[in-house]
Amino acid sequence: MNVPAAWYLVLAAVLFGIGAFGLLTRRSALIMFMCIELMLNAVNLTFVTFSRTLSDIGGQAAVFFVMVVAAAEVTVGLGIVVAVFRRRASTSVDELSEMKG
Amino acid sequence: MIGAAYAIPNVLVFLTAALLILVGAVGVLALRNPVHSALSLIMTLFGVAIAFVAQSADFLAAVQVIVYAGAIVVLFLFVIMFLGVDRREAVRVEPLVGQRVFAGIGVAITVAGLITLLARSHWVTGAIAVSSSGQALSTGSGNVTQLGGAVFTTYLFAFEATAALLIIAVVGAVLLARRERAGDAEGSEE
Repeated sequence: MNVPAAWYLVLAAVLFGIGAFGLLTRRSALIMFMCIELMLNAVNLTFVTFSRTLSDIGGQAAVFFVMVVAAAEVTVGLGIVVAVFRRRASTSVDELSEMKG
Repeated sequence: MIGAAYAIPNVLVFLTAALLILVGAVGVLALRNPVHSALSLIMTLFGVAIAFVAQSADFLAAVQVIVYAGAIVVLFLFVIMFLGVDRREAVRVEPLVGQRVFAGIGVAITVAGLITLLARSHWVTGAIAVSSSGQALSTGSGNVTQLGGAVFTTYLFAFEATAALLIIAVVGAVLLARRERAGDAEGSEE
């Protein structure tokens, strides 16, 4: 018998928490993108676990689309990082404060 | 004992995946060099791929390794080295007072809430829900057949929309990362 779904769900919750903590505390834009990837993977793991538990292929299809959107998001996000770095010579998000009121 | 209730190989696979995922995730946060963080991210992604295989999502595990650990992390590494930000971001004090404390508290509340939600719900008791409309999930090449059937019938519109999304993302990334040149205004590029 396979291990219960709750183990994978708790693992995914902890992974999501680690990613969220990194997103809130690190301030290099590149590391923040990696933390977003961690959170997306946690959600993907949850989707696959429920797909197994409920015997529904829709969960795996959702993961498929999440992966596509993540690839697009990383492409555009890193393009923005390159464009910002070209002007500011830094990837720290703390220095992007021109729009501060 | 755990092993008494569940097959030992399944438990070992889960523990391996969990170890890879958690060590890699902590490494992404804790390591100072962005290159090392990206390599830790690969470790986490492989752990998630193992968890996918253990739960009979074979196609997604392959895509996970090829797209995530292959393409996306290589893109990260490419940008890190293109910008030359490795060895940058020295150890700093936190600019916002108490940022890490508050972040830790918020994340702890979130994770505790999620686990409480799991523990108090009927979702994870192991009973197969009534929402299962079709046949049981299959493994191996049957998984590819099932997933392909779902993507190309039920989710066909979303699948076509992702094609447009990817094209737009590529064009947007090229426009964002392009270096401005003097002759661009006259449209004399290329």
